[in-house]
Amino acid sequence: MSLRPDPTFHATAKLAMQAPVENYGFTVMLSPDGSQPDGIAVVDLDSSSKTFGQIVHQLIVDSKGDEFHHFGWNACSSSLSPLSGHAFLERRYLIVPGIRSSRIFVIDVKDPLDLKVHKILEPEEIFEKTGYSRPHTIHCGPEGIYVSTLGGGGKDGTDGPPGIFIMDCETFEIIGQYEMDRGKQDKHYDFWWNLPQDYMVSSEWGLPPQFENGVVAEDLLSNKYGHSIHFWDLRKRKNIQTIDLGENHQMALEIRPAHDPKKSYGFCGVVVDTTNLQGAIFTWWRDDDGVWQAKKTITIDPQPASADDLPDLLKGFEAVPPLVTDIDLSLDDKYLYVACWGIGEMHQYDVTDPMNPVLAGKVELGGIVSDTKHPNGKDFAFGPQMVEISRDGSRVYWTNSLYSTWDDQFYPNDEGGQMVMARVGENGGFELDKDFYVDFPKGYRSHQIRLEGGDCSTDSFCYPSV
Amino acid sequence: MELTTEAALWWAVIFSGVYHGINPGMGWPLAVSAGLMNGKRSSLLVALGLLALGHLIAMLAILLPFSLMSALFIWEKELRIGAGVIVVLMGIYLLINRRHPKFLARVHPAKLGLWSFLAAMAHGAGLMLVPIYLGICGIDANDTGHQAVQSLMAGRLSNAVIVALAHTAAMTVAGGVLATIIYFWLGLKFLSKTWFNLDIVWALSLVIVGGLGIYGAYTH
Repeated sequence: MSLRPDPTFHATAKLAMQAPVENYGFTVMLSPDGSQPDGIAVVDLDSSSKTFGQIVHQLIVDSKGDEFHHFGWNACSSSLSPLSGHAFLERRYLIVPGIRSSRIFVIDVKDPLDLKVHKILEPEEIFEKTGYSRPHTIHCGPEGIYVSTLGGGGKDGTDGPPGIFIMDCETFEIIGQYEMDRGKQDKHYDFWWNLPQDYMVSSEWGLPPQFENGVVAEDLLSNKYGHSIHFWDLRKRKNIQTIDLGENHQMALEIRPAHDPKKSYGFCGVVVDTTNLQGAIFTWWRDDDGVWQAKKTITIDPQPASADDLPDLLKGFEAVPPLVTDIDLSLDDKYLYVACWGIGEMHQYDVTDPMNPVLAGKVELGGIVSDTKHPNGKDFAFGPQMVEISRDGSRVYWTNSLYSTWDDQFYPNDEGGQMVMARVGENGGFELDKDFYVDFPKGYRSHQIRLEGGDCSTDSFCYPSV
Repeated sequence: MELTTEAALWWAVIFSGVYHGINPGMGWPLAVSAGLMNGKRSSLLVALGLLALGHLIAMLAILLPFSLMSALFIWEKELRIGAGVIVVLMGIYLLINRRHPKFLARVHPAKLGLWSFLAAMAHGAGLMLVPIYLGICGIDANDTGHQAVQSLMAGRLSNAVIVALAHTAAMTVAGGVLATIIYFWLGLKFLSKTWFNLDIVWALSLVIVGGLGIYGAYTH
């Protein structure tokens, strides 16, 4: 326990933007075939440093086959509400779940150049105390650390619905299931919230048999992946409304609420529309009557391609779908970044008017057909995927792997892990930095990135930006 | 001598109010948040009012039972010692158990009165006033030693209400001043600058106040 609030906690998103910039990034290192243990790579992000853009430290765990994927902090700016009672937590531990093993690692990053495993929660304990499996998204909030899961109980994770469980924010003990009334929610993926307004939004990917061994084409074409988003009374732990985006909108993934808690809207990315292979972004908002609404505000078209250039999965379509697999919103709620993993593009939309997004910038890199090279001339495996924005909104980082088995289906001849960075222009637009290209050690792919001191998908702010 | 002691005790009521009030953990940032969320100054005032109401009820919930006991029982000294021991024990408990009560996080963010009441109860804010209050009653007892129980009780009850009101008023003014300065002039950047971890100081304050209460009972 410290005497003052952690200096990386900020009352408002605006204050977080003005804070000192990030010096380090933490990025997942995953061994796609489980032949090596997974780890966390520490990347030097200080442009004045001699080792800028290099992996300067790695923590490799002891177990194999965990499949590190998403991860998050033990504490964030949400601690600055008296309601949490935890103003003096330190942002010190990364909570890193193994999405395949259901093991959770608590990693002490107090010294970014000397990471240590602080605690390991074994899968059996998670199964027993929560009835869930395949832990995924981490958020720190009022009742502790919230962890979304993709699987229920049983060997294949289909015994009961998946959901969210809560961990103690100091001891990392598992407290138990979050939900008291889940309503129609029977699949899970991401979740986030607005703390002062006391609502939470969650999304749906699919159940473990639908993703662990690769995408199941029959399920996708018969619209059996998730296509609903759920609105919750956060503290009552109750599903208050479910919006079906339409069954053709397969895989509703990332939930990105506006960072300013005064606003009652946000975004959700949909991987693919099975009627036309488009990728889509929905804007969701609460109307004047207090009812939640959602509307498709961005569509991204597939690109025609010769069957010869396509993997088996896509040959019949003679087109490459954009595959919107990750989105991220800058702290000023101005730019929404959209990763189009299939066509190899990162889009930047001006979402100042959330109902009318405007394409403001585009970077082409990788892609199933285009396979665009990095400006430094090097290859970029797969396509732009997990994206993270610096707090000040000036730098956008991304990696390239989606999920081990899916990478192999969509990019059967590709291999490698890369992390790149683009610089954002004064008036929008963004361009890759030629000198920033992190090539991961052989045998490792990369996934989520977390920035030292918090980033645009970790911190929840309890006070409006003024 | 008596007058100075009485004045000191009333100052202690006010001081403890200021001490509770300036601690962000007791709620004033929520008033800033309410004002900013609704874009209205009146929301800031309403929030301060709700926080004050919850705190006042928590003070009364603790003081009134002691006030009844002090009026009914002849064991004035024993009551003061007992109360002192309870306050010391609460302080020691908070020193050992440094966890914050989880149920507070389940309260809806708009229910500030309820939250303020529960937070004050959970942290023994009312208990801190008990030895001070009983000290004031003890001084009065010298002047009114032969009063009928009925009028004594009325006097004790009104004392309890005045102590709770004075303490809550001091708390609300202190928190309100900080909230207003941050809201209108300094901005939320100063929120974290005003926030100190008082957990240990708080627990020790309970031990000290309880200890002084016991000491006062013996020397009275």
